[in-house]
Amino acid sequence: MDIDLLSNILYAMVRTGTPLLLVALGELVCEKSGVLNLGQEGMLLMGAVVGFVAALLSGSLIIGFLLAILAGVSMSLLFGLIALGFSANQVATGLALTIFGTGLSAFIGSEFVGKPIDGLDPFALPLLSEIPLIGKMLFAQDLVVYLSFALFFAVYWFFRSSRAGLVVKAVGENPHAANAIGLPVMRTRYFAVMFGGAMAGLAGGYLSIAYTPLWAENMSAGRGWIALALVVFASWKVERVLLGAWLFGLASILHLVFQGLGFSISSNLLATLPYAATILVLVLLSRNQVRARLLAPISLGKPFHANS
Amino acid sequence: MKRRQFNKLLTGIAAGIGLGTALLSGQVAAEEPLKVGFVYVGPIGDHGWSYQHDQGRLAVEKHFGDKVKTTYVENVPEGADAERVIRNLAQSGHELIFTTSFGFMNPTVKVAKQYPKVKFEHATGYKLSKNLATYIGKTYEGRYVAGYVASQMTKSNKIGYIASFPIPEVVRDINAVQMALNKYNPDAELKIIWVNSWFDPGKEADAANAMMDQGVDVILQHTDSPAAMQAAERRGKFAVGQASDMSSFGPKAHLLSVIDDWAPHYIAETQKVMDGSWESSAMVEGMAEGAIVIPSFNEAIPADVSAKAQELIAGIKDGTVHPFAGPINNQAGELKVAEGEVLSWEELEKMNWYVEGVNGELPK
Repeated sequence: MDIDLLSNILYAMVRTGTPLLLVALGELVCEKSGVLNLGQEGMLLMGAVVGFVAALLSGSLIIGFLLAILAGVSMSLLFGLIALGFSANQVATGLALTIFGTGLSAFIGSEFVGKPIDGLDPFALPLLSEIPLIGKMLFAQDLVVYLSFALFFAVYWFFRSSRAGLVVKAVGENPHAANAIGLPVMRTRYFAVMFGGAMAGLAGGYLSIAYTPLWAENMSAGRGWIALALVVFASWKVERVLLGAWLFGLASILHLVFQGLGFSISSNLLATLPYAATILVLVLLSRNQVRARLLAPISLGKPFHANS
Repeated sequence: MKRRQFNKLLTGIAAGIGLGTALLSGQVAAEEPLKVGFVYVGPIGDHGWSYQHDQGRLAVEKHFGDKVKTTYVENVPEGADAERVIRNLAQSGHELIFTTSFGFMNPTVKVAKQYPKVKFEHATGYKLSKNLATYIGKTYEGRYVAGYVASQMTKSNKIGYIASFPIPEVVRDINAVQMALNKYNPDAELKIIWVNSWFDPGKEADAANAMMDQGVDVILQHTDSPAAMQAAERRGKFAVGQASDMSSFGPKAHLLSVIDDWAPHYIAETQKVMDGSWESSAMVEGMAEGAIVIPSFNEAIPADVSAKAQELIAGIKDGTVHPFAGPINNQAGELKVAEGEVLSWEELEKMNWYVEGVNGELPK
C-alpha cells in the first residue's frame, strides 16, 4: 500500500516535471549561445493553443504536436528577428513575446474553450513498468515523457561530446572571439533560439494534448517562468536541469499529496518551495564571485555586432 | 477687424454646434441604449466562473436587444488595476456596473463614492452603500445535493474536495457537503485539498490524481477548470462539475454540475435601472430564484438516488429542506445550532469554522 503510494508520487513527479524539463532544456541551449529569451511563457501558450486546435480539427494528435512545435519555432523566430536581427534589448523583447503570446493564444483559442479531445494516453512498457517503485515512474508514462528522456540525453551528449555543442558554448562565452576564428555567431544563435522555441512549443502541446487535454486561457499558469528559474537553479548544467525539473515537479505535487493524507502543513509554504530553492541556489552560487561568473555564459543577454 | 470677424465666425459655429447637439440630444436621449459594464477576474474563456458571468451578459443583450449596450473587461487583477478599470467604465457613461469577484470589493466601494449617479453591483461581497448593491448565489444549496449524490455513489467511502482559498464562500460549501454526508452516509470521509488557485488546470488535475491515488472515487471541486473532471474520466471515477456544465469533459465521470446562472439576476437588475426602480440591497439568490441550477444527472445514478436528489431540490426551493438545519456541531463537538433551527444567512456569510465530521484544520 505504502509502496504503491510512493510509486504514484514518483510517477506524478515525472509527469509534472516534464513540461518544465522540456522548456528548461530549450532555454538552456538558448542561453548557452548567449541569448536570454524571457518569452517562454508566451511560446508555451502558443504551443498549447495551436497544438490543441490542430489536434481537435485534424483528429490527429501527431499533427497537433507537430504544429505545436511549429508554433513555438515561429514565435522564437519573431524573437530572433527583433533581438538578433535588430539587436534589440533581449529582456524587453522576451517580455514582449510573453505578453504577445498570452494575448494571441487567448484570441486564437476563444472559439475552442470547453471543447474536449481524447488526449494522449500513457503507454506502459510491458515488464519494465512492473519494476517496483520506479517502474511506473519511468516506464508507464506517455510518449512525450519518453521523448523528454531522449531529448535530455541528446542535449547532454550535445554539450559534452559534440563539436556543435562547443560552437554554441564559444558563441555564448565570447562571440567576438568566435567570430574572429570564423564561427557563424548569428546562425548559431538563431538555431539555438529556434531550438528553444521548438521545445517550448512541444511543452505547450504536452499541456493541452496530454497533461490536461483541454484549452483554457493562461493554462500554462506560470510554468514558463518556473522553467526560467530552473535554468538558473541548475546553474546552466544539463544534468541538474533534469534533477531540478523533477524536484520542482515534486515540490508542486507534494503539498497536494500531504493534504490528502491529512498532514497539516501550510500549502502556501510548500507551493513557494521551487522559488525559495532557486533563490537559495542563487545565493549559494554568488558566494564566490569568480565561480559564479564562470557558471553563466559570459555574454548572456548581450547583443552581438559582427563589426564592432 | 479681421480678428473680430474671425471671432464672430467662431461664435457662430459654436452656437450652431450647440444648437445642433441640443436638438440631437433632446431627440436621442429617450432611445439611447443603457450602457451596462461587467468586470471579470478571469478570462471569459475559463469555462467556469467568468464564463458564466459572461453568459449572463449575453443573455442581457439578447433580452433587451438594442436597448442596452454592454461592455466587459476580462482578466482584471484584484487590486489597483481594478479601480482604474471600474473608474473607466463609470467615466464612459455606463449606468450599471457589475464587478464579479470578491477582491473587487474595495475598488468598487471607492469608485461608487466618486460616481453617485452610477449604480454598482458587487458579487460575493458584503459592503453596501446607496449606489452599491451586492449579490451572491447560494451555491451551498447545489453543493448539498451534490454531497448527497456523492454519498450514495462512493464505493470506497472516500470523497475528495478540491478547494481554492479558505474564504467563507468555500468553507460554507465544504460544510454543506459534510452536512449531506453526516445525514446520508456518516461513514464517508471527505478529503480536502487546497490548491490556492481558482484556475490552474495542471494543479487541479494533480490534486485529483493525488486523491485518486489515495482511494477517492468521487471528486468535488470549488475551482474553475474541468481538469479534475477529465482526470476522473481517465481513471474511471466520478466527479461533480462546478460553475458551468462540465459534462463534455467526462461523459462517464460527470455526475452533475452545480451551475451559477446569472442571467435572471442580470436581466432583472438591468430592467430595474431602466424603470428607475433600482435600489441598493444585499441580494442572496439560490435555487428558488433560478440562480443555482443542476441541469442534468448522470444516467449511472440509480433511479432512487436521482429521485431523492430531485426531492431535495424541490424541498430547498420551497424552503422545507435547509442544508444547514440543526442540530449542528462544530469540529470540537460543541453545539452551534440547536435542533429545529437553521443557520441564518448572516452567520453563513461569515462562516469560518468546519462542521463536525470534517477532518483537518481550516487553513488560516
